[in-house]
Amino acid sequence: MNQVECVECGTTVSVPDNVMRGEILVCQDCGTELEVIELDPLTVDLAPLEMEDWGE
Amino acid sequence: MTIRNGSDRLTVGIVGGSGYTGGELLRLLLHHDGVAVTQVTSETHAGAPLPQVHPHLRGQTDLRFISRQRLAPCDVLFLAMPHGQAQAEIERYAGLAPRLIDLSADFRLRDADRYTRAYGHAHAAPAWLERFVYGLPEINRDALRDACYVSGVGCNATAVLLALWAPVRGGLLDAGQPLIADVKVGSSEAGNTPTAASHHPARSGVVRPFQLTGHRHEDEVRQALGDSFDVRIAVTSVEMVRGVAAAVHITLPAGLAERDLWACYRAAWTGEPFVRIVHTAQGLHRHPEPRLLAGTNYADVGWEYDPQTGRAALLCALDNLGKGAAGTAVQCLNLMCGFEETTGLSFGGFFP
Repeated sequence: MNQVECVECGTTVSVPDNVMRGEILVCQDCGTELEVIELDPLTVDLAPLEMEDWGE
Repeated sequence: MTIRNGSDRLTVGIVGGSGYTGGELLRLLLHHDGVAVTQVTSETHAGAPLPQVHPHLRGQTDLRFISRQRLAPCDVLFLAMPHGQAQAEIERYAGLAPRLIDLSADFRLRDADRYTRAYGHAHAAPAWLERFVYGLPEINRDALRDACYVSGVGCNATAVLLALWAPVRGGLLDAGQPLIADVKVGSSEAGNTPTAASHHPARSGVVRPFQLTGHRHEDEVRQALGDSFDVRIAVTSVEMVRGVAAAVHITLPAGLAERDLWACYRAAWTGEPFVRIVHTAQGLHRHPEPRLLAGTNYADVGWEYDPQTGRAALLCALDNLGKGAAGTAVQCLNLMCGFEETTGLSFGGFFP
């Protein structure tokens, strides 16, 4: 199991060995969706957000 | 006092056990494997079986209420009477048990003058104030270990204090500003004595400003944080039986990243058994909510922060009868008597 740092909150997120580019991971602490943008080296970034009106 | 081994348990009494806090204490202590509840007093209900007043205890105990005049010596005595009554007879209670845990407001403040200002009358036993340890383990754990006399906590004070604790401890919060705590509370905070204000046609459905300035729990929070922190508590009664939801409106430095706040909160709360960081980008339950905490000893903390301006709301939710009263008191019992801190407090809540 690989690991990557959540770009939002900084915690360590486990990544399956067979993860694919473009796959979306969810941080277990802050719930942020992380998109795998590179496999070597393993790199994630904030996944594109659909705009929503939660809380409006 | 030494914890007895084998089948022996510490004997526990509850003085003033017919209120909501007493009922919650009993619910927890009757399933605590280190203690045996041996006596529970009520002047109003003396002679009655406990479940006659606390129906959720049916089938769990054969105890009946007794008058406090019939109290016998025991290992630990919980005092769960209305404010003002414990201080009036504290010498007698201390003579009955080597360990006292008072859930009222009588011994939370260390200073007699501060008590007089907050509660509007002189304390009846001011020499005892310094003998009590403030009973919030998250900020006072070391002092609670092996303490003999422990005060309870104010439910609203606890919510405000835990909401503020991480940024204060982490040095992110400048004391030179008003800290405005908007606190929404349920009806059980008012106790089980009916009043015109609690009458169902008058209480149901309310969003009723209760006390927006000068709340007496402000002194409890200032005592814990330091008087340089200008804590102001505004309480509103809402449609809820159990629960406290605090949002403390403050200004933090602008330009912080989310990971800065996460680091601050993790530094304060990692390893704490009953404080959870709730700050999530997904789902319905993104912030602390009291409804999810009913019957538990958890306090959930979180935040909302605007990096452009630094404006922030620091959040905490808890059950006023649980973490805000009886749950924390049992947590203190565990620390005082050398039990595992989480003993008897494992209930995790329910949903929906």
